[in-house]
Amino acid sequence: MEGMNVRLISGRTAVQGQNLDSKLTEKYFDEVAVCNLNGNDMEKLNVAKDDYVKVTTAYGTVIVKAKQDDGNPEGLIFIPMGPWCNAVISGDTHGAGMPSFKGVDATVEKTAEAVLQVKELMRTYME
Amino acid sequence: MVEITDVVCSLCGCVCDDIVLEVENNEVVKVKRGACSVGKAKLLGHERIKSPMIRENGELKECSYDEAIKKAAEILYKSRRPLLYGWSSTVCEADKVGVELAEDIGAIIDNTASVCHGPSVLAIQDVGLPSCTLGEVKNRADLVIYWGANPAQAHANHMKRYSYVSKGYWTAEGKKGKKLVVMDVRKTMTSKMADVFVQVKQGKDYQVFSALRAILRGHEDVVPDEVGGVPKAQLLEVASMVKEAKFMMTFFGMGVTHTGARHNNIVNAIQFTRAAHLHTKANIMPLRGHYNVAGINQVCTWETGFPFAIDLSRGYPWYNPGEASATDLLYRADCDSAMIIASDPGAHFPGESLRHLAKIPTIQIDPYANPTTEFADVVIPAAVSGIEAEGNVYRMDNVPIRLRKIIDTDYLPDEEIVERILTEVRALREKEGE
Repeated sequence: MEGMNVRLISGRTAVQGQNLDSKLTEKYFDEVAVCNLNGNDMEKLNVAKDDYVKVTTAYGTVIVKAKQDDGNPEGLIFIPMGPWCNAVISGDTHGAGMPSFKGVDATVEKTAEAVLQVKELMRTYME
Repeated sequence: MVEITDVVCSLCGCVCDDIVLEVENNEVVKVKRGACSVGKAKLLGHERIKSPMIRENGELKECSYDEAIKKAAEILYKSRRPLLYGWSSTVCEADKVGVELAEDIGAIIDNTASVCHGPSVLAIQDVGLPSCTLGEVKNRADLVIYWGANPAQAHANHMKRYSYVSKGYWTAEGKKGKKLVVMDVRKTMTSKMADVFVQVKQGKDYQVFSALRAILRGHEDVVPDEVGGVPKAQLLEVASMVKEAKFMMTFFGMGVTHTGARHNNIVNAIQFTRAAHLHTKANIMPLRGHYNVAGINQVCTWETGFPFAIDLSRGYPWYNPGEASATDLLYRADCDSAMIIASDPGAHFPGESLRHLAKIPTIQIDPYANPTTEFADVVIPAAVSGIEAEGNVYRMDNVPIRLRKIIDTDYLPDEEIVERILTEVRALREKEGE
């Protein structure tokens, strides 16, 4: 299927917090380069745990690993705050000083493309 | 091995001050008591930036502190519109010198509040904040509401030390004598603990605050059967809990500051608290993230009159979040250098803003390598405040607490690094004037 329309939010997790000062490690990567989806949404997308998904917004595209979290309602995806989520967030604050980190319209689809490591992701901003 | 008691944690806005550590050979080897998993990870330490560095031909090359500080001063001195950003994971003494540097070079100084509780600051400036200390919450609150927050993961000691689980003077039974309400768009570790979990449709917090205000003010007849995905019956249940409480405390997080209505959400949250005053004692507090983000807001306010996003290029403080906040400046490509201290915009700013940070000369002052390091032209490693350096910080309830120095280090503290950059900038100006 084509990309499924969802709403993207981000936020903290305990493991993300434990690795705030070690963001270049595998532990941080494994926790933060992840898209948490409701199980029914994963089924609709034909996505299993650790499959890669492509998340696209009007501001960019990012590849992350899929993870089931039925705490999320269907149609809502959660990517822990960090470089991967921010790759698809707008810098425009609409004069309020605060970007829209949550409630961003997005599409999500299964992909065979790989997740960029943090240094590779940062390099894309230098191009 | 030496046991050190009453250590203060320099991780989140809880600033827990009852931690017990073991130190051996000038190294923290064990966290015995007091810290949550996130604080413990910080106290036990991570891999450090080994040396000051300057980027040459695309590669960071090790150099001395003197060389890095001189290079940083040159960048800032030559710059026409420098941005000094971060300041939340360091002590107020460093922040104070930071404001002085910003004044000296006519910079924009901003802190992490601008991607965190900046909207809360705007709302508080609009309508005030009925609030209290966390000590009062511990001793009095019998109804705790967490709205758009997941403290079980992000502020893991918060409930235990200060709110739902803590035992205080009038709350001796702990959680047995209290009620917990969690309002969120998804089920979390925190919502699983709640007596009542209210699942709000994403982006509809404003409407739910309004409905609760209406009910508390006696206008439940105007509330429709469902508001923001929440059945009216559940809203009436929460309103009844508020009316019956002796002391209601609301804590709110990024779930309401990061969404569409931004500061308007917080204005409504505060007005919801005021509506509760018709029935009982009620207070509200933002759950601050970095351990001293409240402190940099304090310091900026003492020194300039404003808490964040302050443009000093006019020779006087100009406050306009949306124009002078760091993400906006970078998004508009409206600064020509950046000094990033005690924060990591590389990880926490929108990609669209990072494109400009990647282009301009950037100085990083931090104990740890992180995504911002990839953009840095000068990297200056710092001592870890609260472990290797002391100083004052402000807890999320604006209570000042002094961080202790636990072990010795050769790394310079942030305060000294910023002071030396300021001295070098002044020397460059003097030299040019000759």
